[in-house]
Amino acid sequence: MLRVELGKAIHRVRTWVFALGLAGLALIPVIFPPTDVGQGGPPFLDLITRNGLFAALVAVVIVQPFFLPLGTGLLSGEAIAGEASAGTLRYLIARPTGRRRLLLSKFAAVMTQVAAAIGWLLLVGLIAGSIRFGLGPLPTLSGTTIPTGAAFVRVIASGVYILLGMAGLASIGLLFSTITNSGPGATVATVAVAIASQIMDNLSALHAIHPYLLSHGWLAFADLFRSPVAWDGMERGVLLMAVYTAVFLALGLWVISRRDITS
Amino acid sequence: MLYGFLGPNGAGKTTTIRMLLGLIFPTGGEVRVLDQPVFGHEGSGSPALRKVGALIEEPAFWMYLSGRRNLEYFTRAAGPRSEQQARLARIDDVLHTVGLADAANKRVKAYSQGMRQRLGIALALLGEPELLVLDEPTNGLDPQGMREIRLLLRRLAGEGTTVFVSSHLLSEVEAMCDRVGVLAQGRLVADGPPDVLRKGADVIRLDIDDATLARGVLGTLAGVAIEPGDGLRVRLSPPATAASVNAALVAGGVAVSALVPEQAGLEDVFLSLVEGADAPR
Repeated sequence: MLRVELGKAIHRVRTWVFALGLAGLALIPVIFPPTDVGQGGPPFLDLITRNGLFAALVAVVIVQPFFLPLGTGLLSGEAIAGEASAGTLRYLIARPTGRRRLLLSKFAAVMTQVAAAIGWLLLVGLIAGSIRFGLGPLPTLSGTTIPTGAAFVRVIASGVYILLGMAGLASIGLLFSTITNSGPGATVATVAVAIASQIMDNLSALHAIHPYLLSHGWLAFADLFRSPVAWDGMERGVLLMAVYTAVFLALGLWVISRRDITS
Repeated sequence: MLYGFLGPNGAGKTTTIRMLLGLIFPTGGEVRVLDQPVFGHEGSGSPALRKVGALIEEPAFWMYLSGRRNLEYFTRAAGPRSEQQARLARIDDVLHTVGLADAANKRVKAYSQGMRQRLGIALALLGEPELLVLDEPTNGLDPQGMREIRLLLRRLAGEGTTVFVSSHLLSEVEAMCDRVGVLAQGRLVADGPPDVLRKGADVIRLDIDDATLARGVLGTLAGVAIEPGDGLRVRLSPPATAASVNAALVAGGVAVSALVPEQAGLEDVFLSLVEGADAPR
């Protein structure tokens, strides 16, 4: 089933339009690097001219607050609801594709496609950045430097962490997708959750619930660029994501196991 | 065996079919297909359904994929590898059977309604099903296409496949099916061979001298319903019989010159059954 999902994605024009759009986003900070250091903006943006590896990282970081949740919301929100509105869901269930197996395959397919998007952003950023700014040992946020090879590994690790951060959101999107027959509805609801979580994470009055917000751990990968690496933030982030994923995926499985397919 | 499943809109035909295929859950009782339970397999799907091919309401496909790729992806979506291989090997055959061999590599988006219907039937046939469940299979087809599909279904039934066809085209069911079930208000109100069903309702034509007087007499008899239309035709149900109607008319002073049983079409039977189910009990 995962293979079918990926095959469907590959044969869709929109997949390649998205890939083109993401490549454009990755290139913007390389073509228009910041002129002042320390002017704010996304993490690592002001370091981009120092090393092409940062360009790869920045490419992913600039899509993380909005475009990545948007893509995750689109893929997960339409996963079941989109099949329902196309009518293909009834043929998949009658095939019979087990209901729970279908949802788990959809989850795997969403995560694979988000992983492909992140990998693509890293690749485009890395190539463009290394051409414009060159590669070399990476300065850390703590003032030390990491050798190029180890720095590359940390950039990849950042991508993996950012991917894991989307697992909770994908599970929420899949739950919405099992409840409604409207793909756009589920997508909008999922993106709204991501945005609401980030807004709440910035309201100091809500600081008591900050540690439990979906997006709270999303930026903890920055600790990979400290020396020594501070793991506790990322450990909490992964744990939080695991809980969100387990809870919402379980709810989604519960719903799809009982729902009447009337579309 | 070719089974025709009839019923007016809203009778529950599609609901029944959806329950047979594991799509909607029954509020009570158990659904068994090919002697195996359909529900209780929400993890990986009911084994019974692997031997069922289905067309549910209208066909549905991934529009951006070709007809062939749709069949391929529905195949790969489930089932053990050996079963998938067997289905994949049959794709060309079934496309040929439904007459889509030339259009197989076009996107379904570009298909006409009739072509989508054919592709839907191809998908249902792909797994060499023991049971074929087809909801209105000739929908959207031209007369030639309808004929082809009917012949195909007859041939499959002759080869040992059980074909379950829902239809609102009574003439189609009457001409094609070995057995007919009539559903009204969620209940099976009749089930049997079409010719047995046909005898279930007797319509007789009465040739009499005084129609007004006759109508008055007939109106007092239990089990007699006057048919609309030209001439005087009555539909009989127990306890009324042709003999009792005759006796009553004669006793009422109506001269009866002929009393002719009409060969009721399945449509009449169908209507009388459905009306019976609608009547308050």
